[in-house]
Amino acid sequence: MMERQQGSVPAAPATLLAGAVHVSGAPVVDVDPFSTEFFEDPHRIHEALREAGPVVWLPRWSVHAVARYEEVRAVLHDPATFCSGRGVGLSDFAKEKPWRPQSLILEADPPAHGRTRAVLNRVLSPAVMKTLRERFQAAAHRLVDALVARGEIDAVADLAEAFPLSVFPDAVGLREEGREHLLPYAGLAFNAFGPPNELRQRALDTAAPHVAWVMEQCRRENLKPGGFGAAIHEAADAGAITHDEAPLLVRSLLTAGLDTTVNGIGAAIYCLARFPEAWAALRADPGLARAAFEEAVRFESPVQTFFRTTTQAVEIGGARLDEGSKVLMFLGAANRDPRRWDEPDRYDPTRSTVGHVGFGSGIHMCVGQLLGRLEGEVMLSALAAKVGSITITGPVVRRYNNTLRGLERLPVTLTAA
Amino acid sequence: MPTITFIRPDGARRDLAVAEGTSLMQGATSQGLDGIVAECGGNAMCATCHVYVDEAWAGRLPPLSEDEDALLEGAAAERLPTSRLSCQIVATADLDGLVVRLPDRQV
Repeated sequence: MMERQQGSVPAAPATLLAGAVHVSGAPVVDVDPFSTEFFEDPHRIHEALREAGPVVWLPRWSVHAVARYEEVRAVLHDPATFCSGRGVGLSDFAKEKPWRPQSLILEADPPAHGRTRAVLNRVLSPAVMKTLRERFQAAAHRLVDALVARGEIDAVADLAEAFPLSVFPDAVGLREEGREHLLPYAGLAFNAFGPPNELRQRALDTAAPHVAWVMEQCRRENLKPGGFGAAIHEAADAGAITHDEAPLLVRSLLTAGLDTTVNGIGAAIYCLARFPEAWAALRADPGLARAAFEEAVRFESPVQTFFRTTTQAVEIGGARLDEGSKVLMFLGAANRDPRRWDEPDRYDPTRSTVGHVGFGSGIHMCVGQLLGRLEGEVMLSALAAKVGSITITGPVVRRYNNTLRGLERLPVTLTAA
Repeated sequence: MPTITFIRPDGARRDLAVAEGTSLMQGATSQGLDGIVAECGGNAMCATCHVYVDEAWAGRLPPLSEDEDALLEGAAAERLPTSRLSCQIVATADLDGLVVRLPDRQV
């Protein structure tokens, strides 16, 4: 557990803390949102966090947190007060050295952030997506044909991982050798945003070979022409960023561009297998594919949490936070806040999901959101066209990660349409 | 409250009151208007709230930003000189009576 002083309440059994209030004014909730118990069933604890108050104090990690939609959105939209430059995990870069060179985009604030963000916005723009659509569609159809022929599959490894792995590394322009490092690298980077628990420690202990491979791939000579990676290096030629910065921006794509989509697609398959009405609606109208993916991102929130750090003393939700306070945002809880969503626990591809925070919101909103949606849409659309039913046939096993919510195994049988 | 007229590709019109300070996209999606998707929720990142501003009004709106211009290049429907992203048009008293047309597709 971290040793942080600023008026922290010592960890104690929940019963002793009932009704306790932190000196900031935030109610104390003694839960560990980075525990196995939480990963298995976050929704009950999300509800407790939302109902305790607009801002709460988590003694387990000595941190304030927001779980209601309104406050999560407010924090996301006030980067001057709630900054990213001190890290978007629990670790405060003003006090601790980052475990890797700091991200130039995720862990940056205006005005510097705007410069790097503009580059990735262009590399992953709607116009670029148009050029990828046909290729991605064809890959989705090929994969679904092969999976239907097999019938019994693991929808995580064989589908949710296999599909992004078949299109994303090529779109970046990565060479073939070593791609098996991509998912472990992303997994460890997302674990590293968490508190110093066993998951984070194990991630850092095993990081070296994955980090070495990823950093090597970010160099210009290892990126094929025409891909996202080369486009980032070309932005350096044009003077938008420096040549030293380009590899680190490529790294951002490799960190955040694959595992997130894997968990998004996995979430959608898991939803469609559990909600027969939603599957029937998608089969009847494959045009719902994109909305079905989006709703799965709201419903499961593959990226569950991020932190911000206050740049000044601030009052939010009736609590007064000191400068330098870490604030944990529960994106997944906000996406099911009944104050914002009707029947939040129902997966409904026909609902309006506008404003969900599954991709974040504000200046740091996922820069690869269009790529994620494209992959999700073409995959669900291929399934709707070719698959009659998706039936869960064995134990569903959750994968534990400090930031990402997803499955380790999802055994299903696909029947042909 | 300014009234904005949205015209669908089939010619159907809908007049919506949009609070000042609110974007046309927010006004439309919060009142259940089909035809504006707004996947990114108004963060100017997706080009799925594309509208064609009536020519009579085109010159009366604040100019396009560079970001909006780049996004419109990737809009699903044809880009016209009057194309805008409705999340970037904020309702003001001056815009009372504004007419915008919806494209045939957003994605």
